[in-house]
Amino acid sequence: MATTESKQIIRALYDDDDVILKAVKDTRAKGYHVNEVYSPFPIHGLDHAMGLKPTRIAIAAFLYGLTGLIVAIVMTWGMMNADWPQNIGGKPSMTWIQNMPAFVPIMFELTVFFAAHAMVWTYFAVNKLYPGADAQNPDPRTTDDKFLMEVPVKGDRDELIEFLKSSGAIEINEVTENA
Amino acid sequence: MHYEAPIREPLIIGDKSYHDITVDVARPIETAPPRSWWIVFSISLAMFLYGVGCILYTIGTGIGVWGLNKTVGWAWDITNFVWWVGIGHAGTLISAVLLLFKQKWRMSINRSAEAMTIFSVIQAALFPGIHMGRIWLAYFVFPIPNQLGSLWPNFNSPLLWDVFAISTYFSVSTVFWYVGLIPDFAAIRDRAVRPVTKHVYKILSFGWGGKAKHWQRFEEVSLVLAGLATPLVLSVHTIVSMDFATSVIPGWHTTIFPPYFVAGAIFSGFAMVQTLLIIMRKLFKLEDYITIQHIEMMNIIIMVTGSIVGVAYITELFIAWYSGVEYEQYAFLNRATGPYKWAYWSMMFCNVFSPQFMWSKKLRTSIMFTFFISIVVNIGMWFERFVIIVTSLHRDYLPSSWSMFSPTFVDVGIFLGTIGFFFVLFLLYARTFPVIAQAELKTILKSSGENYKKLHEQHGDH
Repeated sequence: MATTESKQIIRALYDDDDVILKAVKDTRAKGYHVNEVYSPFPIHGLDHAMGLKPTRIAIAAFLYGLTGLIVAIVMTWGMMNADWPQNIGGKPSMTWIQNMPAFVPIMFELTVFFAAHAMVWTYFAVNKLYPGADAQNPDPRTTDDKFLMEVPVKGDRDELIEFLKSSGAIEINEVTENA
Repeated sequence: MHYEAPIREPLIIGDKSYHDITVDVARPIETAPPRSWWIVFSISLAMFLYGVGCILYTIGTGIGVWGLNKTVGWAWDITNFVWWVGIGHAGTLISAVLLLFKQKWRMSINRSAEAMTIFSVIQAALFPGIHMGRIWLAYFVFPIPNQLGSLWPNFNSPLLWDVFAISTYFSVSTVFWYVGLIPDFAAIRDRAVRPVTKHVYKILSFGWGGKAKHWQRFEEVSLVLAGLATPLVLSVHTIVSMDFATSVIPGWHTTIFPPYFVAGAIFSGFAMVQTLLIIMRKLFKLEDYITIQHIEMMNIIIMVTGSIVGVAYITELFIAWYSGVEYEQYAFLNRATGPYKWAYWSMMFCNVFSPQFMWSKKLRTSIMFTFFISIVVNIGMWFERFVIIVTSLHRDYLPSSWSMFSPTFVDVGIFLGTIGFFFVLFLLYARTFPVIAQAELKTILKSSGENYKKLHEQHGDH
C-alpha cells in the first residue's frame, strides 16, 4: 500500500508567480515534499523556498579559468622560451618573466575562454540539456505563462488536493510514475 | 516584493500579461515574412554575393587589386575590421555590463544586440583572413604541433593576440547568447503547431523544461558569463587597438588607444543598435517593449561615450603638442590640414559634435533624430579608423616614402559585401529567433509593466 502511494504525484498548475511561490512555502511548511517546480522564467527566491542548495557552478568556472591561465603560461613558456628561444625584434627570450608583458593578452584570453566554455558545457551536462533532447516540462504551458508544482502524495491524497486547491491552483492533475 | 520607486517609467507599455509577451515575441517566427522583408533580404543577398565575388577575385589575383601601396599596407581592410569589431561591442555591453549593473531596460534589447555582436564579429573576422597575401596558410597562426620541428607562432605579435581575442570573443559571445536563447526556443517549441517547426525548435531548445534547479543554475551561469564577458569586451578592443598602439608609427604609438578604442566601440556599437532597433520595433510592432525610454537610455550612453571619444581626441592633440616630438606634431598637423583633412574633419564633426545634441531631451527622445544621428555616428566611427590608419601611414618618418591612398572597387565591394552579409544574417535571425528575451522580460513585468505600476500606485505595495 505504501509503495503504490509514493508513486502518486499531484501536479498543481498555477497562473501567477507570487501565488506559486507562496504555495511552495506553505506546502513545505505542511510537511510535504515539493518534487519540482516548472516555470517560464526564474522566480526570485524560489530556490530558497524549495530548499535547493546553492549551485557550485561558479566555483567550477573559477577552476576552469585557473586551468586556462596555467595552459597559457605553459604554452607561451614552452614555445617562446623552452623550444625556440629566438631574438624576435630584440625581445628578451632568456626567461619567461622577462617577456611576460607580451604574454598577458594570451593569458587573459585563455583564462576567459576556458572558464566560459567549460562552465557552459558543465551547465549543459548537469542539466541534461543537449540538441534534440525531449522536453523536460510535462506541460507545454509552463514555458508560456503557467507554473507547475509537483508534489508526491504523502498520507491522505484528498487532503493534499484540497490543500493545493486552496493555495490557488487553477488545475490539479494526478499522475502515476512508472518507477 | 515588487517594490519600485514611482519615479521610474514603465519599461513595458500597455496592459500586458505573461501570455501577451510570449505571443508578441513569437509572432515574427510564426507568421510569413512580408514582401518588404523579401525585398530587403534580396538586396542584402545581392550585396553579399557581390562581396563574395570581390573576395574571390582578391584571393585569385592577389592583394594588388586593392588600393594598397608599399607605404600604406593597411587601409580599408583593417579599417573595416576595426569598425565591425567595434560595432560588435555594444551587444556584449548591453547583455553583460548592463546585467552586472542590474539595468532592467537591457532586457528587451539584449537579444538583438547580442545577435548584432555575433554577426558583426563574423564580418570582422573575415578581414584578417582575406587581407593575408596567402590565406591558404592562415592555419599557421594557430600553435598547432607540426612537421617543421614544430614551428610555433610568435606570441609577441598583437596580430596573434587578435587571433586569440577575436576567436575567444566570438565563441564566448555565441555561447552566452545561446544559453539565453534556450528557454525562449523552448517557448517557441511548446507553442509550435507544425511538426517541422516543433522538431527544429526541439533540437534548438535542448530539452529545456524550466525546472527550479535549472533556473538557479541559469542565473548563476548568466552572471558569471556576464562577469567574464565584461573584461573580455574591454580586452578585445584593447588588443585590437594594440595593433596600432604597440607600433613605432607617429600617430599610432599612443598609450591612450586601449580605453579610447573601447569607448569608440561602445559609441559606434550603440549607434548600430539604435539603427537596427528603431526599424525592428516598427516592423515587428514591438513598440510596447522597445520604448522611447530605451531609445533615450541608449542615446545617453551614446552621448557619454561620444564625449569620452571627444576627450580622447583633445588629449591626443594636447600630448602631440606637449611631447615636443616633431614627427608626432606633424602627424596631427597632417590630419587636420593634410590631403585627408576632409576625412579628419568629417570624423570630428560626426563623433565630437553630433552626440552633443543628445543633451537636449527633445532631441534624444525623437526617433527620427536618433535614427539620423545613429547613422552619422557610424559614418564618423568608420572615418575615425580610416583617419588613424591611413593618415599615420601615408606620411611618417621618411618624406621619400610619403604617398597617398585611394581604394579600388574591390576594396569598396568587399566592404559592401560585409554589410550585405551582416544584413542577410540579421534578417534571417529576426524571422527565426525570438528577438526579445521573453523569459527575462517576464521577470520584470510585475515591477516595470505599465499596468502593474498603475496597480501599485492605486493600491500601494501588497
